[in-house]
Formats: sequence, C-alpha cells, structure tokens
Amino acid sequence: MKMSNSKKIVVQVVLLVVGVAMLFYGIYRGEAAAVLSKAIKLCLECVGIG
Amino acid sequence: MARKEKTKSNLLAKCRGWIQAGATLLTNIHLPNFLKGEIYKGKGKTVCVPGLNCYSCPAASGACPIGSFQAIVGSSKFKFSYYITGFLILLGVLFGRFICGFLCPFGWFQELLHKIPTKKFSTKKLKPLTYVKYFVLLFFVVLLPILVVNDVGMGDPFFCKYLCPQGVLEGAIPLSAVNAGIRSALGVLFSWKLTILLIVIALSVLFYRPFCKWICPLGALYALLNKVSLFQMKVDKNKCISCGKCAYACKMDVDVTKAPNHTECIRCGMCVKACPTNAISYRYGFGDGKQNCKLNKEMENKKDEKTN
Repeated sequence: MKMSNSKKIVVQVVLLVVGVAMLFYGIYRGEAAAVLSKAIKLCLECVGIG
Repeated sequence: MARKEKTKSNLLAKCRGWIQAGATLLTNIHLPNFLKGEIYKGKGKTVCVPGLNCYSCPAASGACPIGSFQAIVGSSKFKFSYYITGFLILLGVLFGRFICGFLCPFGWFQELLHKIPTKKFSTKKLKPLTYVKYFVLLFFVVLLPILVVNDVGMGDPFFCKYLCPQGVLEGAIPLSAVNAGIRSALGVLFSWKLTILLIVIALSVLFYRPFCKWICPLGALYALLNKVSLFQMKVDKNKCISCGKCAYACKMDVDVTKAPNHTECIRCGMCVKACPTNAISYRYGFGDGKQNCKLNKEMENKKDEKTN
C-alpha cells in the first residue's frame, strides 16, 4: 500500500517532533545520566561473564 | 540537474566501503585502550552510536543503543526509555537503514567476511526469516527486560546477554587477551556467545549479512521507519527499461523498482551501480519529491487513459 505524498510528509514531521520530544523528556528525567553510568562500566552480560 | 544528482549517487555508492571504515573508526576511536585492556569512561558515552557497537569494546566512543535501552527498561528506576526511543526514532526518520548500509560496524564486519572467496548462497528463499528480527526486538529487547525481573525489580539485558555476538567480538576477546582477571572469569555464558559469534561468522561467509537480515533488533527498528525516512531511493520510471539488473544485483533481495523504500533496503547502492540507464538514485528530503509526484500522476493518468 503506497502512502500519498502529503500523508508521508505529515508522518515524517510528526515522527521527528515525537522523536525530539521523547529525547529531551528522557534527558530531563535523568536517563542520559543512567546511560552514561551503565556505559562506563564493563557490561558483564555483554562480554559473557554473566 | 538530474545528471549531477546521479553522479552524486554513484559516487556515494562507490565510496561506501570507505565510509563504513571511517564510521567504524569513529565509533571506536579510543584505539590505545585495546592495549590497556580497559574501556573508555568519558562523557562521550552519554550519547549512543547509530550502529550496533558494544559499549564494552575498549575503543568504543559512545553507548550501544540496544544495550542502553535494555539497561534503562531493566532498571528499577525507569520502566521505559524515552531518551533511547526518541533517539532511534530521530535517526530512523533522518536516515532509515542507510545506517545499516553505511554506518554500522557489525554490518561492515559481515560484509568483509562475505568477500572471502567461497561459494555464495542466495537468501531469497529464506525471506520469512527476515521477520525473526522483529520478534527479537519485541521479546529480547523490550518485553523480557521489563517483565522478567529480580527481587529488586531489575531485569537482565536479554539480547546482550544471550544473543548479541558483538559483545564477544569487540569486548570479551580483546579484553581477555590482555586482562587475566577477565580471562579467568569467562565461563559457560561466554562459550554460548562465542558459539553464536562463530555461527554468524560462518554464515556471513556464505550469505550476505545474515545477522542484519534475520536477527538484528536495531535493523528491525530502522526497517520499520525505512518507508518514511528522509534518505530514500528514487526510481525514474521514464528512464527505467525494466531490465531487472537492479533486482539481480541486490543482495538484500529487494526489487527497487517495485518497492524503492522496502524495509530490507539498506541503501547500499548496488542497484544504483547496476542500473544501465541511470534510473536509480538517492534522494534526501520530505515526501516523495516534486519530480516523483509529477511522474506518479503522469503514470496514473496514462493508466486511466488505457482503461478508458
């Protein structure tokens, strides 16, 4: 099913706005700091230690 | 104008290997850490990288989006990650699976393996397996870390722990090579993940990017946004002679003339290079573009005239 041009533009703009809003809301509630604290430690599950 | 755009598309497709190498280097810029046997601990890891790249790789410059998502949803404090979801939606709309084709280190790794001269096999008859990656995304990345929790409400990163071969390739192998402590701690889980890595390596030699096609949850997420991504494929139907060379050249089993923005299209540009009439090119922008809309209307009018 092909999406019309105008509908596609609307979907793209809405998704971009939603993406930016979610990104900043995540930073606002402290997720970026949580990501950093996880990423700077050796991920034991990732390397297969458990 | 059309000629100039075509040249740019061809150039981008031809330079893809170099762009992949550059992206892999930028994603893993802290190379001296390989010798130290420790990971980078700077603030750069607040930001995720676009491709599948383990943050336990000593050289990793950013965080893995899939690992970070699971770490957040599996924590006792948060049950959903707006930060990572928003980041991935943004990247998906801005670039779609261009990220898989040009920026993902693990995709490039599989492509290099596929260059080993052996008999190659088509994956056209294995198309149903492309749906497995959506299952992996839903269950291993989202549902299991949220639902299967311990006494303090924390869930395991199931995809990283049981399926992802990147952690062994980029993390366990280089770290254990120089760090005796890590080497002595490796056990059954490492053996399981090493087996997965070896299977992926063997399959990559025989098939084109099997992990990307069938397993990768990041590829699945970008695939869902591929149809609406700003980076897209454009087929000039006035120039197309329906020779089928593009579909034959595509190793992701896509017929670009029928579905230019198919979920499996990684924008690798093999169709761009194969087209004898320069009918296929890249396009970046909102919607389908003025030219495409005009052409589509003309084609629809022609169809109407024929039926009347």
